[in-house]
Amino acid sequence: MNIYVLMKRTFDTEEKIIIEDGRISEDGVAFIINPYDEYAIEEAMRLRDEQGGEVTVVTVGDEEAEKELRTALAMGADRAYLINNEEIEVYDQVSTVTLLDAFFKDKKADIILGGNVSNDNSTGQIGPRLAEKLGIAHVSTIVSLKVDGERVTVERDVEGDQEIIEASLPILVTAQQGLNDPRYPSLPGIMKAKKKPLEVLDLDDLDIDEEEAEGLTETIDVFLPKARQAGRRIEGEPEEQVTELVRLLRTEAKII
Amino acid sequence: MARKTLVIAESKEGQCRHVSFEAIAAAKQLADGGEVVAVLCGDQVEAFGPILGYYGADRVLIVENEQLKSYTPDGYKQALMQVISSEQPKAIVMGHTAMGKDLSAGLAARLDCGLVSDITDLEIGDKPLFIRPIYSGKAFEKKRINSEMLFVTLRPNNIAALEKDETREVTIEVFDVVVKDLRTIVKDIVKKTTTGVDLSEAKVIVSGGRGVKNAEGFKPLQELADVLGGAVGASRAACDAGYCDYSLQIGQTGKVVTPDLYIACGISGAIQHLAGMSNSKVIVAINKDPEANIFNIADYGIVGDLFEVVPRLTQHFKEVLQQA
Repeated sequence: MNIYVLMKRTFDTEEKIIIEDGRISEDGVAFIINPYDEYAIEEAMRLRDEQGGEVTVVTVGDEEAEKELRTALAMGADRAYLINNEEIEVYDQVSTVTLLDAFFKDKKADIILGGNVSNDNSTGQIGPRLAEKLGIAHVSTIVSLKVDGERVTVERDVEGDQEIIEASLPILVTAQQGLNDPRYPSLPGIMKAKKKPLEVLDLDDLDIDEEEAEGLTETIDVFLPKARQAGRRIEGEPEEQVTELVRLLRTEAKII
Repeated sequence: MARKTLVIAESKEGQCRHVSFEAIAAAKQLADGGEVVAVLCGDQVEAFGPILGYYGADRVLIVENEQLKSYTPDGYKQALMQVISSEQPKAIVMGHTAMGKDLSAGLAARLDCGLVSDITDLEIGDKPLFIRPIYSGKAFEKKRINSEMLFVTLRPNNIAALEKDETREVTIEVFDVVVKDLRTIVKDIVKKTTTGVDLSEAKVIVSGGRGVKNAEGFKPLQELADVLGGAVGASRAACDAGYCDYSLQIGQTGKVVTPDLYIACGISGAIQHLAGMSNSKVIVAINKDPEANIFNIADYGIVGDLFEVVPRLTQHFKEVLQQA
């Protein structure tokens, strides 16, 4: 099987956001593989181990993203591509999808997996947009995946309920939390990863002009939410505390 | 500039979703005097025509088709493309629900237009601007759309719906579509949620963390949520420990929620959890540990045992709500 995984380098979830000169500062920030993409990588490897074939991880980003690709290779992926997007000025999800669409033109993917959202922009647009451009079916937020020949059966999380969906290859699926427990890279895995193929592609390699990949939305400002203050501690015995809380919620906060 | 705006409404479990009414309110702003047309797809959804009008839609299109009973990207993209090419809207608005998130992206790709997902506010000027959270609410960005077609999805509970007006005249039309060759088929739906109140749309959330101790410990939280017509959520620690399903997880991985009232029970307040809930309107924290980080962002804090506090809270609210 030709198995592809879309992955993204994102801020570690522990990171605080600092804005400098109207932009989010990356100084001293720790990066990780987007957690939802880790589920996709794990599932891809399970599928390969069961069905045979190769797992290729693909990311769109700057040159630093090579680190996260190496981590995916250390987890067990077979090869990696980094599509460099640094030349594109007005950038959004349309840009990423334009690059990926060009990348997949000659790839004959049986299945493409990815996270259902990234933990930075969280639009969830990449999967459905790419499937549309590639002309293949897709199912988002999956929590289980079975492939039997051409037949694909998935369970999809829909706001806590689960749909059982049948489809066939080729297909694009996006991972939801609960799909699996992603493995950590092993030491031998890390050693092997250094020798696995990792190719960097730029716009020329994909035969794309910068204008073609320009985004259709533009960020004009970023800002932090109003900081919340610690409010009031309600003292006393449980019965007193509860009586006071209910009173405050009704009369002061006017919520209930 | 008047701008005809299409609202893609949604029904769930025999009701029109409230976020669809919020989408109509946002569409009214975006339309700037232009017509607001709501479209509702499904298998027996005609009954929801009037209410979409009462909340402000000028015209309602009912798209009924057996193939649209459950959401599939193929079925809904096909149906809505037929509506869009007939109506020729200049803007499209829908809720950022499971369906909205998926459908909007696929439709935007087919329409080759920009899409701003999950907005919490909008500013109408020469060019409309849209505000949305990033990094799960640790920051916000303001965006504009450079394509001719404007397309946004709306985070539930952030833009107020218009007042329901049952005297409004509403035009309801049946719109026939052809839907075929679905490549994904929904064979079955397994209900796992109990109350039907979706976490992202809930006005009240009672959320549990490690302090809940076990699956059984979520019971009193569920009882409180039931009395308040809310939903139960959880921290990652509680999900990882197996106390509850991952679908309840609130935080940077998991759901980002903005209810009117968030009651955090036995949750310490890791930065990842705070990202998912700190834009709630009012936050109550109940925790044994007076130093717990959650108290730093809570409007009201109770240092105490949640198993003593929560059942009492349920009882008090029951009494208060009965009187009201």
